[in-house]
Amino acid sequence: MKAWEGFEGFQWKDGINVREFIQQNYTPYEGDDSFLEGYTERTKSLWDKAETAITEEIREGKVAIDTTRFSGIANYPPGYLDRDEELIHGFQTDQPLKRIVNPYGGYRMVQDALKAYDHEMDPELEKSFTTFRKTHNDGVFDAYTKGMKKARSVGLLSGLPDAYGRGRIIGDYRRMTLYGSQLLKGEKLKEKDDIEGGSVEETIKLREEIKEQIRAIEEMEKMAASYGYDITQPADTAQEAVQFFYFAYLAAVKENNGAAMSLGRNTAFLDIYIERDLQRGVINETQAQELIDDLVIKLRMVRHLRTPEYNELFAGDPNWITEAIGGMGVDGRTLVTKTAYRFLHTLTNLGSAPEPNMTVLWSEDLPENFKNYCSKMSLETGAIQYENDDLMRRIYGDDYGIACCVSAMEIGKEMQFFGARANLGKTLLYAINGGRDEMITGENGEPIKMIEGIESLEGEILDFGQVMKNFTKVNQSLAKLYVETMNTIHYMHDQYAYEASQMALHDSLVHRYMAFGVAGLSIVADSLSAIKFADVRPVRNELGIAVDFEVTGEYPTYGNDDDRVDNLAVQVLEDFSKELKKTKAYRNSEHTLSVLTITSNVVYGKKTGTTPDGRKKGEPFAPGANPMHGRDQRGALASLNSVAKLPYDKVCKDGISNTFSITPKALGKKAEEQILNLSSILDGYFAQGAFHLNVNAVQRKVLEDAMIHPEKYPLLTLRVSGYAVHFNRLTQEQKEEVLARTFHESA
Amino acid sequence: MNGRIHSYETMGLHDGPGIRTVFFLQGCPLKCLYCHNPDTQKFEGGMEMSAEDVIAIAKRYKPFYRRSGGGITISGGEPLLQMEFLKVLFPMLKKEGISIALDTSGYGGGKNFLDVEVNEVSTDSTTERLTTNLGDLLSYVDHLLMDIKHVTDSEHLKLTGKNLDPARRLLQEIPKIQGMVWIRHVMVPGYTDNNESMKALYQMIAPYQHKIEKVEILPYHKMGTLKYQELGRKDPLLETPPMNIDKARAYELFLEKLLEMNEERRTG
Repeated sequence: MKAWEGFEGFQWKDGINVREFIQQNYTPYEGDDSFLEGYTERTKSLWDKAETAITEEIREGKVAIDTTRFSGIANYPPGYLDRDEELIHGFQTDQPLKRIVNPYGGYRMVQDALKAYDHEMDPELEKSFTTFRKTHNDGVFDAYTKGMKKARSVGLLSGLPDAYGRGRIIGDYRRMTLYGSQLLKGEKLKEKDDIEGGSVEETIKLREEIKEQIRAIEEMEKMAASYGYDITQPADTAQEAVQFFYFAYLAAVKENNGAAMSLGRNTAFLDIYIERDLQRGVINETQAQELIDDLVIKLRMVRHLRTPEYNELFAGDPNWITEAIGGMGVDGRTLVTKTAYRFLHTLTNLGSAPEPNMTVLWSEDLPENFKNYCSKMSLETGAIQYENDDLMRRIYGDDYGIACCVSAMEIGKEMQFFGARANLGKTLLYAINGGRDEMITGENGEPIKMIEGIESLEGEILDFGQVMKNFTKVNQSLAKLYVETMNTIHYMHDQYAYEASQMALHDSLVHRYMAFGVAGLSIVADSLSAIKFADVRPVRNELGIAVDFEVTGEYPTYGNDDDRVDNLAVQVLEDFSKELKKTKAYRNSEHTLSVLTITSNVVYGKKTGTTPDGRKKGEPFAPGANPMHGRDQRGALASLNSVAKLPYDKVCKDGISNTFSITPKALGKKAEEQILNLSSILDGYFAQGAFHLNVNAVQRKVLEDAMIHPEKYPLLTLRVSGYAVHFNRLTQEQKEEVLARTFHESA
Repeated sequence: MNGRIHSYETMGLHDGPGIRTVFFLQGCPLKCLYCHNPDTQKFEGGMEMSAEDVIAIAKRYKPFYRRSGGGITISGGEPLLQMEFLKVLFPMLKKEGISIALDTSGYGGGKNFLDVEVNEVSTDSTTERLTTNLGDLLSYVDHLLMDIKHVTDSEHLKLTGKNLDPARRLLQEIPKIQGMVWIRHVMVPGYTDNNESMKALYQMIAPYQHKIEKVEILPYHKMGTLKYQELGRKDPLLETPPMNIDKARAYELFLEKLLEMNEERRTG
């Protein structure tokens, strides 16, 4: 086949095997960034148009929406920013930034969003849809129990994907480039007929799904054809490689409005095509960079229709178009290629931006040049997050990607059922308040009972043993409810909002994770530490609810590398993970757990009463696995060491998020010193088995100034918790919370 | 043998090469008018820690030392006041393969700060004893960060309450250091911000210039004022403005030039 000319290897030709193709053909790169080229006039002109549209949308607070049709891969006429200037084509609708109405997750969400932006759906369409079609949201609420609804409404379980698209599925978009749609369809047809036996439900469901996947591939062909491209055959050039890959991704974001629509791990793959064209003399480095710049421009313009409330939970309109960059191969060669550099270099050519969500897979064995380049880009742009490749490679091999912020999965072979998080701050208060909610009273004026069988605590001072006993009981009961709630949600999502285009780019038999989460880890650890090592006297109101706590004596706090309290945090996670695993998960999925809050730590805090660690009612939690701001007193590395103790493998296998804010000067006087020190910090942190780090190198006073003069900082990008955001797009409350975080200033 | 530790910082990036865990020892015999950590001056207070405690903490940061060439920095206060503690600690750190930086002005050297007579340093016999002590200790030190407060005896006395003898004694011991030496000097407006003082400083350190890797002129800042308030003390330099950063940098370059430090050594 002409498209495969010059490529080595056989196995990947006999069946779908992108990893094998990469291993046989990629060129590791250990050099520095001196080969990179800047933007061309054409790129600049195109990006200027894009940026104008992007900033105008933010400034005006208005969004364009196509209200004449509902979502679908081939439902929209082609759209262009500038057809001739664009090297990579395709938008979600007929106009850049115009949003799709996707009703399948839930219609109420659609109505709220339309109303918020002053739009109306075509009345005929709306009527037909709501009359004849059931949504994911309808299905979930039909099947929810009273207990599930209650847990949801008090904020014990929050952010559940029961009214919107679950996301966190990564299609292997590379397959379209390497194989073309015809081969992919052929494989699926074969696989469908092989599926027999097993349980009736599982078998029939799978066969139906595969048929839907095939249909989705056919729609991708139609969509690509509308832009004048034939994707039925494999890509032949670097331009086609990027273009076909992008079409496959574009299909995913046309079909789905998932919370996180991540990209996978593509730089080494695309590099093979770029390298071949460079060798052939068809393109030069400037043109290679242009292709990647154009791809990134497209990714920066992906939009979804969401409600303002959603934005309060996940600030800044994120899509988590996460691209995993770098890492090592299991054979010891680095997976860093020149295209890894080219991808990061878009932050220079196009300026810093939150999307795509650049995620460097850090290994101690990465080439020094690449480590230092990443550190440099972190310091210059604040747009990069780091995850531990040495930790993940042992579990997932060397062709995994990251969905959303931190969730690892083998590309094309694994998927995830995403499941928000449980509020452990609240469960601790339930342990203290006899299973009753501290914020919400029922119609009879009594606090509502959330968990049965929790004894009231006697005595003036909280007894650690008693509190732990109750806390364990509350968590046991919550864990069961949580798994059953998730089972309900994902059963219905598969039923009413199945992601056919993304699953078409997976093996037919996939391994599934069910990803649970917790919020409030640091306040729980500190509260338990206070109860254990000091005297904590609850101040109860007339209803017997502890509304405040008086603490006498000293106690260690999480974030100071003190085992006495850090072990409490570890224990809480191990116990909760164990409890979750006791209840069977839908489609035999594997239970995993994350310590990740995104920006929802603000909202969780709002819904939680005063906790024994001194955090007052309504105040934000620390984000993710971060120590509570101001309590890490031993400097930045002690704080990192505490977080590094949280167990990833077997416990928090869905990720542990840590956000690290430091003023650049604290890292050294000169730029070179800052770069080397940051690389050393990353090496030291990950060598201990730590999982994730967001790096923000910014001065607090810059953020303070940006709060008053947002117009001065249009590009100021900040890592929040597993993703980056333009600072200006945070709500006032979120900005304040970011400012309250510990900034490691100087030693 | 326990030490008294005022506090420690796990991400020290300015006190010696690489990433360092900096232990600030409690107590200082000098009372520098510009002191920005007056809370470390008094001999009481701080946490009591054994050498084992210190090592256990330092070991936790070995992953960060490895690549950066970092280690532990003993600072203060004035660490030499706790000589006996350091004599226990340093060999143990060496055994663990942890690099040692000592940040000192050279004052102290008694058995432990609790039995230090503030005037003890002026007699001949104590000087001899202290020199032996100091020499032994310095043989363990990988990097010496020497803080020189002023360049003339009379001005030094005014600024710190002590004459220059102990600083001179420490300078003489420099050849015993295995690694490199950083010379640091806090420049306060109206004290040493003049060519004459800088030339005098150069003359003090010139005999050891082959060992000197870095000279830092640290501009006086006002961040200590708040600490004086917290301690209920009057900031002795309340009226003194902060040192102009560019001017301090210019003097730093001036010294570097006199010391004929080439670019390589400066960035090393």
